[in-house]
Amino acid sequence: MTSPTRASGKRSIILETQSLSYATRERCIVQDISLQVPRGEVLAIVGPSGSGKTSFLRLLNRLDEPTGGKVLLAGRDYREIAPHILRSRIGMVMQIPVLFPDTVADNLQYGPRARGAELEAARLEYLLSHVGLPGYANRSVHHLSTGEAQRVSLARALANSPEVLLLDEPTAPLDGKTKREVEQLISQIVGDENLTCLIVTHDLEQAARMASLVMVLENGKLAKIGAIDEVFHA
Amino acid sequence: MLNQFFPESLALAAAQVVLVILLSVGVVLVARRYAIHLGAEVAISLTRGLVQIVAVGSVLVLLLQGPDWTSVFVLVAMVFSAAAISAKRSQGLADAFRVSLWSIGFGAGVVILLMTWAGVIESSITSLVPIGSMIVANAMNSNALALDRFRAEVESHTGQIEAGLALGADPRKVVLPYAQSAIRASLIPRIDALRSLGIVWIPGIMAGMLLQGANPVYAAVYQFVVIAMIFSSSGLTTLASTLLIRRRVFSSAQQLILRSD
Repeated sequence: MTSPTRASGKRSIILETQSLSYATRERCIVQDISLQVPRGEVLAIVGPSGSGKTSFLRLLNRLDEPTGGKVLLAGRDYREIAPHILRSRIGMVMQIPVLFPDTVADNLQYGPRARGAELEAARLEYLLSHVGLPGYANRSVHHLSTGEAQRVSLARALANSPEVLLLDEPTAPLDGKTKREVEQLISQIVGDENLTCLIVTHDLEQAARMASLVMVLENGKLAKIGAIDEVFHA
Repeated sequence: MLNQFFPESLALAAAQVVLVILLSVGVVLVARRYAIHLGAEVAISLTRGLVQIVAVGSVLVLLLQGPDWTSVFVLVAMVFSAAAISAKRSQGLADAFRVSLWSIGFGAGVVILLMTWAGVIESSITSLVPIGSMIVANAMNSNALALDRFRAEVESHTGQIEAGLALGADPRKVVLPYAQSAIRASLIPRIDALRSLGIVWIPGIMAGMLLQGANPVYAAVYQFVVIAMIFSSSGLTTLASTLLIRRRVFSSAQQLILRSD
């Protein structure tokens, strides 16, 4: 099934997949998914466990190689873009926050330093304040709670100033209160930075709160896609 | 005690073999009590080691009577065998044989050539082959340890590695801490050998030289020189192998292809 989004209006398409597929020797994990994501939109990806949500996100970051189809970033086939450049343009926050065993500042500097750049102190502090962790720059990551680690992980992805942000169930490891805080934080940052965002979630209510578009995956196939109201109330 | 029952040298050797095999079987049985199953591997290794060393000993008798230049072929054959054995220990790592071959060849080759040129190792086949084989064998051990440790480190840090990749980092930089850790770990036995020399153990060459009536101080210094050569060749080998292997755990599109699952 292929079904491009319809809520694009006049906004340009920043991310597009054409018949994107991914299969291992044993099974097809992502099958023939085509969609277009307009710049500045938030697309929630929902579906039962094992439906291919995380695998789809990994393909967009090119952590896995598609076995079929294409991904276009701003109209350009992403295979034509060097992987490290592509990944600095498409940021990704993993479900479990994995930080490097250094200070919070070193974690935020990781992406810019990989490009031979340095994050200015003011920008670093701005990002930390933005994720609710002002003054945390010199703290060791070993003393952070899971919620704080996930916020650092988000700030670290934002330090690359990505055009698209991929979030893989970013609130899944958090408890109720922290979950809601991080969710609000993400919504605020995405709005403030006018980011295009794809967020994988199990939680349909969270999808409705955070996203304007939703895509439903079932067994690796695109079952439904469209504006939240259209899909959830169809 | 055995020599009282077996005065003939061949019978004595056979009795010694039986005794050490019984000792090894004992170790295997003790390990088994703790659900560590070494039986098959130890049986194969003991059999293989015995057959190989007897065969090589027989061949060496002939070889050591040959011209000195034949030692080059003997050492090259040893490097190939060492690479094959190392590669078997490194299953799951792409190109492990080729990486091991280049690395052991480089590490052992540089040290043997340099030391032979400097006259530290005599160029006669009777000196070059035994000392060269010690250098190659130790380079092989260090190489296998380094590759195995590197694989384990990568497999247990896939989350951090992919987090680094997802931030646009160079794959070689992302796995650098694990390569460094593998090099350090693989050289621990060599460093300990240097550190404990003379205190904990008196290695074979020195013992042999003393038995032959050499000056004990010269024998001791020469043993130190050999152990230092072994450390140097092991260091060069593991540096080369981890540098070569670290980009082979990624695809050309900078995706991590080595996984434990």
